[in-house]
Amino acid sequence: MLSDVRLVAAKDLRIEYRSRVTVSQVVPFAGLVLVLFGFALDANPLVLQTATSGLFWVTVMFVAMMAVQRSTAIETNDGARRALLLAGIEPAAVFLGKLIAVAVQLLVVEVVLVAGVVVLYDARIESWALLLSTCLVATIGIAGAGSVLGALVAGVRARETVLPILLLPVLAPVLIGATRAFDDALGSVAVDGWAWLGLLAGFGAINVVLGAFAYGVLLEET
Amino acid sequence: MTHLGYLLVGWGLTIGSGVLYSVHLVRRGRTLAARVSTSRQRWMTADDQ
Amino acid sequence: MTKPMAGDSIEQTPVGKRASTGSRATFWLGAVVALGVVALILLGFFAAPEDDQQQDAVRMIFVHVPSAILTYIAFGATALGSVMWLWKRSVWWDLVAHSAAEIGVIFCGLTLATGSIWGRPTWNTYWDWGDVRLVTTLILFLIMVGYLSVRSMGDDDATATRAAVIGLIAAVNLPIVNRSVEWWFDRTLHQKSSLTDGNLEDLTLFTLVFGIVVWILFFAWAMIHRFRVGWLERELRSGDLDEAIAARRAEALIDSRPQNGASS
Repeated sequence: MLSDVRLVAAKDLRIEYRSRVTVSQVVPFAGLVLVLFGFALDANPLVLQTATSGLFWVTVMFVAMMAVQRSTAIETNDGARRALLLAGIEPAAVFLGKLIAVAVQLLVVEVVLVAGVVVLYDARIESWALLLSTCLVATIGIAGAGSVLGALVAGVRARETVLPILLLPVLAPVLIGATRAFDDALGSVAVDGWAWLGLLAGFGAINVVLGAFAYGVLLEET
Repeated sequence: MTHLGYLLVGWGLTIGSGVLYSVHLVRRGRTLAARVSTSRQRWMTADDQ
Repeated sequence: MTKPMAGDSIEQTPVGKRASTGSRATFWLGAVVALGVVALILLGFFAAPEDDQQQDAVRMIFVHVPSAILTYIAFGATALGSVMWLWKRSVWWDLVAHSAAEIGVIFCGLTLATGSIWGRPTWNTYWDWGDVRLVTTLILFLIMVGYLSVRSMGDDDATATRAAVIGLIAAVNLPIVNRSVEWWFDRTLHQKSSLTDGNLEDLTLFTLVFGIVVWILFFAWAMIHRFRVGWLERELRSGDLDEAIAARRAEALIDSRPQNGASS
């Protein structure tokens, strides 16, 4: 099972690496969104600092949509979903493998975004431990919920527009939790970021388990 | 009555939605029922034989 | 031939066709609901007393709270139906899930709307991002709109499975949503549950409970009709399929008959 997970994750990441889309398109997109927010909020340093956590994670949400779409498209476009089943790989392993691949791509983008907010929004990081833990845990939850919903819309006609409608409300707790944790890590608001991290971990655990179960059903029946 | 405007909008919206949806449901039911022959209309209860 | 109406017996309807998804039972149920709504209006506006602080705005409680309660009942049914479809492939439960979701979205929208309208004169704002129930209900509303959206994209078993997974995701994530929003801000304008803290005057309490009962009866009426509508849609779809198969068979029969009439 674990070797299958590694197999699927490596396949997805290799495809990603060869096409260079993450590096050449997604990362610049993320940076661009940060810049746009700067324009929109009139480059007011105080406003930007207060809003940094929220802007960061909203940007991650947008990038997550793109990452999940592309992850699903790898198999859907060429009708390879059936091939996945026939290959005898456990659906849960496929799910976890794809989750890891999406999470890795998101983490790469988040690293760039952290650099972006430090430079562009003058963010001061008080707790690196909290910041990095939040990124990791929240990303796992996002990748988990995203991968299962990606599989859900895979067979649907208008899947590019349906995915955000389904995924974004489900990710609302992640947005809330990660933003609050970041507020603590950036020292801008007096909240207990670690408590929020616990909530994010709960979200991640529940959605990864649910996703592993539902993925098989979706792969076989839709 | 104080705040009458709010009350009328709120209650009106609620009851209006209920009525509109009910009418929509019944009409949809009639359109569909006309297209399916009686023998296939096996409801969950047999209260109208 | 008389015009068919809900509740008519079969003899008066066109031969071979039932007129509607209605029946004698639903007719009387609907009549009771209609009377109940009228009674609720009378009670709510004229019998129940006004509040010390809110004055007459408190009368919104009689439409807001029942809508909220029915939202949870309806979506609970959807969650249960989703599980039963995934587990037992029960068409009956799938129809229940879909019907309850459609009705639930309406109740949920009304809960948000009436709550918002109620908030303006009492809290001086239409919306409060710091309130648990408002935000949780909004997220729930959005997820279930997504459910209906997916359902509308097809009417086969695959669609039912997709929708059931969404129902499951919604049900499982809702406690997390609730918890996260609860922690988000400590302050809340939303009053504690009126039913449980026992602070309501007798007539207000009676009217509120009466309203909840009327809403439940309406839910039952709407579920029966919506369930039957769903059933008919399924019958039509499989009927079309059966007809197509029968037509193909008939064609095959004609093709295989000897051309010159000689016996084989």
